[in-house]
Amino acid sequence: MVSPPKLRLENLSKTFTTDNGDFVALAASNLDIPAGRFVSLIGPSGCGKTTIFNIVAGLLPPTTGRVLIDGEDATGFIGQVGYMLQKDLLLPWRTVLDNVALGMEIKGTPLKEARERALPLIQRYGLGGFEHQHPSALSGGMRQRAALLRTLLIDMDVILLDEPFGALDAQTKSKLQEWLLGLFNDFGRTVVFVTHDVEEAIYLSDEIHVMASKPGRIVEALPIDLPRPRHRSVVTTPRFMAMKKYCLDLLHDQDPQRSAA
Amino acid sequence: MHFTGNGIMSLAFPTSLAPRDAEATPPATTEQAAPRPGKSARRRLPVSRNWPTSIVMLVQMVILVGFIALWEISAAYKLIDPFFWSRPSAIWSTLLIFFTEGDAFTDIGFTFRSTIIGFVLGTLAGAALGLSMWWSRNYASIVQPYIICLESIPKLALAPLIILVFGMGLASKVAIATALTLVVSALTAYSGVQSVDKDQERLFYSLGASRWQVFTKLVAPTCVPWIISILRVNIGLALTGSIVGEFVAFQHGLGRTILYAGTTYDIALVWVAVLVLSILSIIMYASVSWLESVLKRNMAY
Repeated sequence: MVSPPKLRLENLSKTFTTDNGDFVALAASNLDIPAGRFVSLIGPSGCGKTTIFNIVAGLLPPTTGRVLIDGEDATGFIGQVGYMLQKDLLLPWRTVLDNVALGMEIKGTPLKEARERALPLIQRYGLGGFEHQHPSALSGGMRQRAALLRTLLIDMDVILLDEPFGALDAQTKSKLQEWLLGLFNDFGRTVVFVTHDVEEAIYLSDEIHVMASKPGRIVEALPIDLPRPRHRSVVTTPRFMAMKKYCLDLLHDQDPQRSAA
Repeated sequence: MHFTGNGIMSLAFPTSLAPRDAEATPPATTEQAAPRPGKSARRRLPVSRNWPTSIVMLVQMVILVGFIALWEISAAYKLIDPFFWSRPSAIWSTLLIFFTEGDAFTDIGFTFRSTIIGFVLGTLAGAALGLSMWWSRNYASIVQPYIICLESIPKLALAPLIILVFGMGLASKVAIATALTLVVSALTAYSGVQSVDKDQERLFYSLGASRWQVFTKLVAPTCVPWIISILRVNIGLALTGSIVGEFVAFQHGLGRTILYAGTTYDIALVWVAVLVLSILSIIMYASVSWLESVLKRNMAY
């Protein structure tokens, strides 16, 4: 018997009712994500990427369709996936350690035990020496690391990352991408990653789903068959360049002026 | 001269000669700068140098001593009527009598007690009321206009009524002090509630948090700085409430002493009580500021 995909979106759609009539944020979409894969969603703003995440995280009821995790209906349940929102959202009054432990604490782990689990990871994943600092003492890149560790430590198999590196400078970004790949290898979670950055998506992912807007929908799935572990230099290989060009063309073709021509 | 030089010269100039700014700017400069058409007069950053603390304090002392001396002298030469204005020497001797033979400590204790109880009750109950409005948006929108109405009532005007209800003793003073602080605290705590980041709330819920967890781990800590910020205002309000309560219903307290001394034309005693009250107020204000800094430091648990 074939095991069900880790995360399945079945006929999922979302329509918002506004004063100017209905707005289709996401047209009925289907998506299967097998366990242990790194999948990226790319697309222009307003293509429904964040809507998908909010529905999967149980923060937004879908208009139609279901979310299945391991074949079980998870529609409308919160706390079933790890969700990292665009902002790091660290609590300024908590230390880095207690911020990273927050997810576990909410899941019911006693704070002392949560700290004991978080501490070695903080030290191992580049925040050593900062565990008793407050978030205000951290750089943007370090804040993202702390937020990501908080998301990972709640032990959910599915991790949703909504443009985690969107606000970082290019150098920090590439450093964090490699850091994230390291984490992905070590933890073996199923990651769904939203980004605007095509190169980032190809470099990190096993699979890319290109989305379009008006209405938001998934237009094409591209497998990325670059071998892992990936070295940074992979981005200059002809294979990588070809995929990047293909993705950019797909995104560019959605430009209403071009498609009308 | 320097000022007619090229751009590099004039850029380098201010840093090298900045401390001697005043002397180094001859009147000729303005004449030289003025002929440039279309350019506004060039200015340097105005810098005011700080005096050492000792000099600042010395000047403060001189002003204080000068003021007291002026008061004493004008009273001695009948420039002001010492019957209405009293005089520092008379105030001093009254102060000594007030503390040695009078009810100084009973009065201070009474005023202090009603202020502190009113302050604590008003702040805690107000904060609880404000925080409770997070739990239900419907409840908040129903209650909010009433709280704003309460805020606009001049609560001191209700003092006689409060005395009737709560009696002549401590309870009525505490009630007035509480009434003054409660509404302000509630509104401030509610502002804190409204400042809770919606995305932060979403993060908590995405982690599977319960309402109670969001409240204790996010909403309440977010509101703590708001509530702390109101403490200093509240201690002043509570003191005002107690004094007004004592004005209306005589029994004990510094407010009663002021009113009593006023009606018996013992102006020196009025000043003594006001002085003691000010010192009490300063001490309480300083204690609350200290409490505030301690709370802020320990906010990070």
